[in-house]
Amino acid sequence: MAAQERKLPAPAVSQETQAYWDAAAKGKLLVRKCTSCGQAHHYPRTICPFCFSDKTEWIEASGKGTIYSYSVMRRAPVPYAMAYVTLAEGPRMVTNIVDCDFDKLKCEQAVKLVFKPTDGGPPLPMFTPA
Amino acid sequence: MSIKGKAYIAGIYEHPTRLAKDISLAQIHAQVAKGALEDAGLTKDDVDGYFCAGDAPGLGPMSMVEYMGLKPRHVDSTDTGGSSYVLHVGHAAEAIAAGKCKVALITLAGRPRAEGMATGTVPRSRGGTPTPDEPFEFPYGPTVVNMYAMCAMRHMHEFGTTAEQLAWIKVAASHHAKHNPHALLRDVVTVEEVVNSPMISDPLHRLDCCVITDGGGAIVVVAPEIAAKLKRPKVKLLGAGEFIKTQMGGKVDLTYSGARVSGAAAFAEAGVKPADIKYASIYDSFTITVLMQLEDLGFCEKGKGGAFVADGNLIAGQGKLPFNTDGGGLCSNHPGNRGGLTKVLEAVRQLRGEAHPAVQVKNCNLAVAHGTGGSLGLRHGSATVILERE
Repeated sequence: MAAQERKLPAPAVSQETQAYWDAAAKGKLLVRKCTSCGQAHHYPRTICPFCFSDKTEWIEASGKGTIYSYSVMRRAPVPYAMAYVTLAEGPRMVTNIVDCDFDKLKCEQAVKLVFKPTDGGPPLPMFTPA
Repeated sequence: MSIKGKAYIAGIYEHPTRLAKDISLAQIHAQVAKGALEDAGLTKDDVDGYFCAGDAPGLGPMSMVEYMGLKPRHVDSTDTGGSSYVLHVGHAAEAIAAGKCKVALITLAGRPRAEGMATGTVPRSRGGTPTPDEPFEFPYGPTVVNMYAMCAMRHMHEFGTTAEQLAWIKVAASHHAKHNPHALLRDVVTVEEVVNSPMISDPLHRLDCCVITDGGGAIVVVAPEIAAKLKRPKVKLLGAGEFIKTQMGGKVDLTYSGARVSGAAAFAEAGVKPADIKYASIYDSFTITVLMQLEDLGFCEKGKGGAFVADGNLIAGQGKLPFNTDGGGLCSNHPGNRGGLTKVLEAVRQLRGEAHPAVQVKNCNLAVAHGTGGSLGLRHGSATVILERE
């Protein structure tokens, strides 16, 4: 099945995540990392969900990852591939796999970061086979 | 403090409708409340505790309390999606054990079918102030079905679970639904029919999904001294557990559900083991939901759920673990897209010996009812109760 373009709604940007979406507009994926426990998490929070320290900072993700799981939503106006991708930095994130043959997707497949425009908001980080 | 033996389920009622075009949401709540109180042999004025969840119109319990003319001294509107009402049974027992009420009424109602809601296939934003997770999920198109499908996909990848094994869960439910005159789908289906039904979101087919129905139900939970005065068979609460399973800050693990925690807590409180259970009501929004919960409740090893559910093992009279003998959400009813309450109802029918004779489990003295609410693949509430026929 060929991947078609679909209209993506804009994410609701909050005070806490403005920097994440500003970076997305520049083609960068940020991950929030705790300097107390050393662990990265997603979605980003100012207080670490693992150790509850407020000593967290942004790091730039490499853009490399693997598909943890996926599902091709067939019953949609334009079918799309929902996925969890495991980032090289550790956390797994909700995303889409795009620009590929959906029938050839596999768990643990290597993927790389791309951005897709949204309807009036910052672009969304998505992934495509590496 | 334990709730073991501190509360009884005295009344139940399931609305017979599956399409409520001419009944209001509040009206369904009142009809099921009336039905459950009459079943128990109690009246509205006996109710001093009221429990409802997000399906009830209004702010928490307030509008429904007013509409039904209740005077509760204890209320609880904890909403964990479809699992809420299983959780409410546990909370009602806690309130009764603490002396906060003696007759607790739990109601559920919904009209997604009459309202033409695209329940499973359209991403939904809750509106208002977004939840912190929403910007990182909603724009990508998470639906009910594709998030459960991702759990199934990972389960297949890690454990070799097959579409045919998942299909057996629907097949078993259909064997039960044929005996339920109120069930939406009463035709027995085969494994082939399930795996050849249209793919909705890989690997889940249309027949891996539950029905979308209107209706509702109610449960009356009472103190032991009240239960002793009533004429209905006594169904005692032995244990209850609850949990919220999340994405854990990105340490996502789709291979297990919150049942691992809520089930363990409920079994520990009850002092029984999965092997002791004669009948299981297992939340069945999708076939994969059932398979994962059976593993997580301890009915089989993690990863062995596929083999466990295959070959009719869940069919009453044939298999080792009869499940959802009313046809469950997969075939009979999933009122308001919230299937937890009906799980409790069929467990109570089985323990009373009031299930359909064709699916009644012999000497059914111990049952589990388990619910999952929200999204198995994003974040979900999990609630388990263990019930005993006294």
